[in-house]
Amino acid sequence: MLKIDGLGKTYKAGDKALSDVSFEIPKGQVLGLIGPSGAGKSTLIRCINRLVQPTTGKVWLNDLNITGLRTGELRRARRQIGMIFQEYALVERLTVMENVLSGRLGYVGFWRSFLRKFPAADIANAYRLLDRVGLMQHADKRADALSGGQRQRVGIARALSQNPELLLVDEPTASLDPKTSRQIMRLIVEICRERGLPAIINIHDVVLAQQFSDRIIGLQAGRVVFDGPPSELSEDALTLIYGAEDWTAMRKGADEDAAAEAEERAEAQKMMGAL
Amino acid sequence: MSDAAYPTQWRRPPMMVKSRFWRIALTVGAIIYLVLALGTIEVNYARVVEGLSRAQRFVAGFLQPDFTSRSRDIWIGIAESLTMTFTSTVVGVLISIPIGLGAARNIAPRAVYLVCRSIIAVSRSLQEVIIAIFFVALFGFGAFAGFLTLSFATIGFIGKLLAEDIEDIDEAQAEAIRATGASWVQLVNYGIQPQVMPRLIGLSLYRLDINFRESAVIGIVGAGGIGGTLNTALGRYEYDTAGAILLIIIAIVMVAEYSSGYLRRFLK
Repeated sequence: MLKIDGLGKTYKAGDKALSDVSFEIPKGQVLGLIGPSGAGKSTLIRCINRLVQPTTGKVWLNDLNITGLRTGELRRARRQIGMIFQEYALVERLTVMENVLSGRLGYVGFWRSFLRKFPAADIANAYRLLDRVGLMQHADKRADALSGGQRQRVGIARALSQNPELLLVDEPTASLDPKTSRQIMRLIVEICRERGLPAIINIHDVVLAQQFSDRIIGLQAGRVVFDGPPSELSEDALTLIYGAEDWTAMRKGADEDAAAEAEERAEAQKMMGAL
Repeated sequence: MSDAAYPTQWRRPPMMVKSRFWRIALTVGAIIYLVLALGTIEVNYARVVEGLSRAQRFVAGFLQPDFTSRSRDIWIGIAESLTMTFTSTVVGVLISIPIGLGAARNIAPRAVYLVCRSIIAVSRSLQEVIIAIFFVALFGFGAFAGFLTLSFATIGFIGKLLAEDIEDIDEAQAEAIRATGASWVQLVNYGIQPQVMPRLIGLSLYRLDINFRESAVIGIVGAGGIGGTLNTALGRYEYDTAGAILLIIIAIVMVAEYSSGYLRRFLK
């Protein structure tokens, strides 16, 4: 599905952000990419759709070598790669619907997009996605009128409206509270399961990464230092990625969060039953 | 640790010149130059006295403005100025949009950027009156020269400010649009236009103000409009008519200022 081969990126200032990163993702796998700030997580996922130009190495999407594409071909390749951003990156002054439909820009011509005359199938699909993320009644609101969690849902709908074959997710929960973070992660993973969609989720919350992904890759100073299932992410592995820290205490805090949430959900179900 | 160990005095470090000697030398030098420069301005006191009596007549004319005896000329001048202002603002803004896009470093290739920046630099470095003299020499007296002058000046003004606004956008929004596989024009339409539109409209309204005021000035060098009428009135020593014209200009500028401020409040 996606194959990354010896990827490296050195920025103009001489900072080596990535060196010799290689891995492969099969269809339907949700990959959690963890690592400290500045480890190259964002650079890595941006090299995949070439928002950042890699210096060395190759990225293969099925049989397509993305690193070798020219402008027009690159745009066609980007259509197949949906991206969800940190801080949502919605166009604030556009409506929710326009933001979702902007996922179709790679498929329609300029005049259609300029006049907002998208094909009927695209519009129906956009409504279906808004319904899926629970924002049906907000379609005509301006994006900046929504709350953080709602905006990230629009971001998810926008990425999905591309009908992507791969989802790149950059710190989806960075500006959300713990509960909303969980809901957003759950939604992303559920959707990936529904569609058999592979995803690379770049996330700095280790516990969320472990809870929601099938596989974890740990980056440290631009190199892969861990690659395995979440269950194998031992304290030694975490220390290798992040440096020494009291991991047990962190896990305990997160367990309490999850327990509180489970309790809340049970409570809600009881109330629903009573009604 | 006792407090005595810390310094008890603190001075703000100097912002520009580090050396104390040069700070004082530069200040003294600037004062000496100012005094000498003022000394070279010759004042012809006889002429000043004569001027004061003219000013008196002028103020008298202002206090008793004559709107009627030249009303036809005045209205033709006003209409010409307003037409010139409106058409040149619209045309100028339309031309400055592509130039502003080209002059934004974050979305334009280097070569385009340099070309557009130089167009803006040329437009901004020439004052309206100088451009007007040039166009009057090329195309003769009248509103056409004024229209070209104001359009040209608008390009530099809007182009520069639009380009700077585009360079200041939230890149994340544009990046998200780029990631969908959008083309460059789609990126501009979806990722950039929504971010800069309120300011572009605000600037255009502001430029409409400026263009009206400038139309009065460039009329004096022959580029048509109310400035021409004003110049004629002054030439004939009809200070009461000139006063009337100035009052009308002030009134229109105030109306334009107030209404553009009112409109801008709705844009966010």
